[in-house]
Amino acid sequence: MNHRMVSALLALVGLLISLYLWFWKIGVLGALACGDGACERVQLSPYAYLFGVPVAFFGVAGYLAILVVSLAGVHGAAEARWPTRAITLLSGAGVLFSGYLTWLEAVVIEAWCRWCIASAVVILAIFVAGLVGERQAAERPGG
Amino acid sequence: MAGQQQLKTFYIALAAVAVVGVGFIAFARMRGAEQNQAQPVPVGADVSFEGHVMGSDSAPVTIVEYADFECPACAQFAVLTGPDVKRRMVATGEVRWIFRDFPIDGHPNSAVAHHAAQCAAEQGRFWEMHDQIFFNHSRWATSRRAEREIRGLAEALGLDMDRYEECMDTDRYRARLQRGKEEAAASGVSSTPTFDINGRRYSGAFPYDDLRRLVDQAIAERQ
Repeated sequence: MNHRMVSALLALVGLLISLYLWFWKIGVLGALACGDGACERVQLSPYAYLFGVPVAFFGVAGYLAILVVSLAGVHGAAEARWPTRAITLLSGAGVLFSGYLTWLEAVVIEAWCRWCIASAVVILAIFVAGLVGERQAAERPGG
Repeated sequence: MAGQQQLKTFYIALAAVAVVGVGFIAFARMRGAEQNQAQPVPVGADVSFEGHVMGSDSAPVTIVEYADFECPACAQFAVLTGPDVKRRMVATGEVRWIFRDFPIDGHPNSAVAHHAAQCAAEQGRFWEMHDQIFFNHSRWATSRRAEREIRGLAEALGLDMDRYEECMDTDRYRARLQRGKEEAAASGVSSTPTFDINGRRYSGAFPYDDLRRLVDQAIAERQ
């Protein structure tokens, strides 16, 4: 399995996590499977919105974009560098955003949302997959 | 492009992740709905109720809030905007605030929270219980022992616990809560929180400044 496939699989996992949190936020689901109520505390905080839109929705949009790019890369030529570059850039932005949200959880809200942490790990893993792809492309003859 | 066998393995893995994830979300949705199935209203039950009122009868603006105790946006409104509303609108005599219960289907712990608030109201402590329930939302909203958690809130308030437990055991406000919700739904309420401000309807957990603007507008329209 190459790095684009790994990226697509991880993006799907992230998309499902974001969808779950977004559906809860807009009242479609019942209780969050979180255990200790920390997810609700995070999701109820004022930081759960950005520009009036639930933060989880940005996750849905971001992971969907990475999934689409990754699938295009899986079916495209292995030599084409743009899918790998796009995966790295999108996930890099996601890592920065997730880092900011994780900092908010740790320092400001003082509660750990397990689903948010899972999403942060997923986006970091996609970024690593992107970097691996970049390195492989650079090592390829003519890369 | 990847080899056919590799692609096949990849799509099987992708489908497996999708099935597990979508199944989990669908199960979460179904479980929420099942736990909150409506029960029939007993025949002859007293179901007429205006709502819980706070503020002066002569206030120029009446705001009716339709809210669900388990709704995250309602809790957000109660925690972030509620204190300012009480201090800067209700206490100043500008606003008469009416709270109407609107427990949403799919919120499994809503019913017990709303019933507990009615039981507190019997002892003249509705608004304190309202605050306790919303301010401690994360403690009970997803708890499997919500009833126990909410009982703890009632105890912390200093309610007469014998009366509280008798009230909870009889479930005597269930019919009224359900009828109130049906009436609100029939009038077009479909989400929480919803606010009727001097008869004009708005939805969403407004920040104080937005609500202030709507109240000022309502006052100006009366003059």
